[in-house]
Amino acid sequence: MIDWILTQFPDSILGYIIICAVPLLFILPYALVTIYLEMKMSAHMQDRVAYMRTGWHGTLQPFADILKLLQKEDIIPTAADKFLFILAPYIVFIGTYATFAVLPFTSSYIGSDLDLGLFYLVAVSSLVVVGILMSGWASNNKWSLFGALRSAAQIVSYEIPTALVLLSIVMIAGTMNMQQLSQLQSGGISDWYIFGGPFPIVKKLLLLPLMFILFLVQLTASMAEVNRTPFDIPEAESELVQGYNTEYSGMKFAIFYLAEYANLFAVSAITVVAFFGGWGSPFGSFMSGGVWDLFWFVLKGMFFVSINIWLRWTLPRLRVDQLMYVSWKVLTPFALVCMILIGYILVAF
Amino acid sequence: MNAITEYFGNITQSLKTISIGMGVTFKHLFTPAVTIQYPTVKMKLPERSRNRLYVNMDDCIGCDQCSKACPVNCIEIEIIKSTPEDDLGITSSGQKKKLHVPVFNIDIAKCCYCGLCVYPCPTECIYMTNVYEFSEFDRNNLIYNFAKMTPAEIETAQIKVKKMDEETAAKKVAAALVAAQAKAALDATTQTSTPQQPTEPQ
Ligand code: SF4
Ligand code: SF4
Repeated sequence: MIDWILTQFPDSILGYIIICAVPLLFILPYALVTIYLEMKMSAHMQDRVAYMRTGWHGTLQPFADILKLLQKEDIIPTAADKFLFILAPYIVFIGTYATFAVLPFTSSYIGSDLDLGLFYLVAVSSLVVVGILMSGWASNNKWSLFGALRSAAQIVSYEIPTALVLLSIVMIAGTMNMQQLSQLQSGGISDWYIFGGPFPIVKKLLLLPLMFILFLVQLTASMAEVNRTPFDIPEAESELVQGYNTEYSGMKFAIFYLAEYANLFAVSAITVVAFFGGWGSPFGSFMSGGVWDLFWFVLKGMFFVSINIWLRWTLPRLRVDQLMYVSWKVLTPFALVCMILIGYILVAF
Repeated sequence: MNAITEYFGNITQSLKTISIGMGVTFKHLFTPAVTIQYPTVKMKLPERSRNRLYVNMDDCIGCDQCSKACPVNCIEIEIIKSTPEDDLGITSSGQKKKLHVPVFNIDIAKCCYCGLCVYPCPTECIYMTNVYEFSEFDRNNLIYNFAKMTPAEIETAQIKVKKMDEETAAKKVAAALVAAQAKAALDATTQTSTPQQPTEPQ
């Protein structure tokens, strides 16, 4: 598909710009749907109904929200560091957007078919930390700075379990290429790594419990990486006003918002590729190929997005020390032990 | 060993409690919402709910009791006496009305809906309705004027009562004059026999 776009635009710069813009075609409608989904789910969990007036059951509300944000006054505090202040939201968004380059949406589309796909993913998603720290520092506001520092501490510590989990997957699959990773699991539901992967039955059964633990670790860590409740201490409204984005308004706030939702999908997509077969249909070759691939990928992604939303509206926020406890004393050791056991199983069987 | 059991105990417990919590929220996801879509659907008001006041001026005798009872002084009443030849009619409970009520204002913005003005009213003409949607853009629009008298009527009533007052005053003066004259005549008759002057004791 990438090649096809490039041949359409022989002037290669234009072609590459268009390729870069393709994930936006997904992110924008996805963000609208997810904002709506989140509001509706949270409301119904509390026996409310959320938006009802804008359009049928409030379906137009996300558009209204965006419109409102677009025409809001863009305030930059006088004492803020203007350059960094303006730059920060874009860095956060770039860090998130860059991960979409290696997400295999279908068997025929992937932004960049990197051999180091997973490695690139882990690396580039850390860029978000830079943007968040930048926004907190540039705001010249103590709450923003606290939020930014907490966020940095949180993302850095939760990257370790994530990296260990992904490393285990790499050990099993023998590749870091996201497309090949999905290809390996494309033989239907029993080939997914969460169910032990495409291996002989004994090896599969041995791997299965370990994969399940790794999946839980990945789910928890990914939730922490997107700064959402129960891991939303960087934004803790009750303590920090709104954390690193307190001083932002208008378009810049909207970009933070968009980045958060895009990141939510990105981490869900990583879980999907690592454990749930990427774009692979659960029925093997039935209902697979072409648009079906996209359908399965988005469906699985949205499933984990919903789980994230569900957890967010179920659990209260952790304390800072509890957060660190979970990362360093629970997730990291578990991931490490699982990784070692997986290595043993792979060598022995 | 103890620490290890505690560690794994904590982990299993947190997994357990999280799944319980998720179960609860999942169940509520499908319970019908309690929201009432307010302007289109309205809640049924309790039978004795206290909302906006209404005064039935046909029955008001201008006794000012409601105004006196109000803790926030938001009822303003002015009255004009009626002359004997005026017939103001009777209230629905058969009481004769004796006073004009040219001003009867309730500042509903100040009203705290305590209902204290309702109980003392002898004719039960001030009462609370079930209207609660009466927001206004201008606060002055919340001063409700219940009085029905037109300016012309007020003026005639004022003139009449003034005339009556003047007449009674004149009558009084005349009566006083008559009384004084009578007294003077009486004095003149009794003046002949000089009363004994009290003498100062020595
Ligand atoms: S309800 Fe209470 S506050 Fe309102 S007018 Fe009557 S006495 Fe005054
Ligand atoms: S108490 Fe009743 S009759 Fe008396 S002035 Fe008030 S409304 Fe009129």
